Amino acid sequence: MTPEEDRIVRARQRSRAIVTGVILAGLVILFYLITIVKISGAS
Amino acid sequence: MTTATYAAASMPADWRDFVALTKPRVMTLVVFTGLCGLLAAPGHIHPVLAFTAILCIALGAGAAAALNQWWEADIDAKMKRTASRPLPAGRMDRQAALHFGVGMAVASVVIMGLATNWLAAAILTVSILFYVFVYTIWLKPRTAQNIVIGGAAGAFPPVIGWAAVTGDVGALPVALFMLTFFWTPPHFWSLALFVRPDYAAAGIPMLPVVSGEVATRRQIWLYTAIMAVAAMAPVLLGLTGLIYGVTALVGTGIFALLAFDVYRRRESDVARMKPERRLFSYSILYLFLLFGAVVVDRWVAA
Repeated sequence: MTPEEDRIVRARQRSRAIVTGVILAGLVILFYLITIVKISGAS
Repeated sequence: MTTATYAAASMPADWRDFVALTKPRVMTLVVFTGLCGLLAAPGHIHPVLAFTAILCIALGAGAAAALNQWWEADIDAKMKRTASRPLPAGRMDRQAALHFGVGMAVASVVIMGLATNWLAAAILTVSILFYVFVYTIWLKPRTAQNIVIGGAAGAFPPVIGWAAVTGDVGALPVALFMLTFFWTPPHFWSLALFVRPDYAAAGIPMLPVVSGEVATRRQIWLYTAIMAVAAMAPVLLGLTGLIYGVTALVGTGIFALLAFDVYRRRESDVARMKPERRLFSYSILYLFLLFGAVVVDRWVAA
């Protein structure tokens, strides 16, 4: 793998990690809100 | 799925390629019809749960699209329209697409079940499995009627949206299912007419490839007539009122005029198929208009 290819792979891994993190954080918030709605009986 | 005839991925896929795998443009219509089913349903659903239901419909549609592309990567590589997709272009590993699709499908169903109810989750499961197994794997490579039966997969979202609110399936979501079901053939075959060389090159037995252009034009007209009945059914059955009735009448009238134009033409040069492209574009607007009218109509009546 050339240095340029290595740089592209690292950049992709980094951006995928960030997107995965954002999605997981979103799911945490979503599940929190669903739980609040369910236990308050507002559904 | 056959032996790979496309470049294998040498690098990890970019996250944008995973987004592309979900066919975001197709998802727009699926999400909109699901949202309309949810908004037209009687009763109340908490906004957080409504958002979750629509998110799950989107995730389910994205999962089905990803699995479709996983299965058809070698076919997509042969068609100009699809050759630049992540898998045939060699930007993504095939197994990554499979894992992504299955993971998203399971997540969409489980979250839908936990947040709303298990009937909505069950219908979502049926729609994903129908699209992947009945349409993509079974019908599409075998019969020219593939999109007629397979179109049912795309007709489920309003039923899912409705079920998420009510926990059951009423007459209106069934009517909306029928409308989308009979809308799919003229919508898809108008596209198939002007991408026929692509389908022929890939060996997919789409109607224009198998039965010819004239038969396809006749079938478009025939299904438009059946679709017109389905479009007027909600108002004739008293499920919707005047707003939907007028929108459906005018909208379907324009659809019929465009479809008739396509029916009477004899043009096999793809570059000169402007009326066919016009019918395809209008058919998308048509479905948006009618579903939007259902919601407005129900809200005004409420």
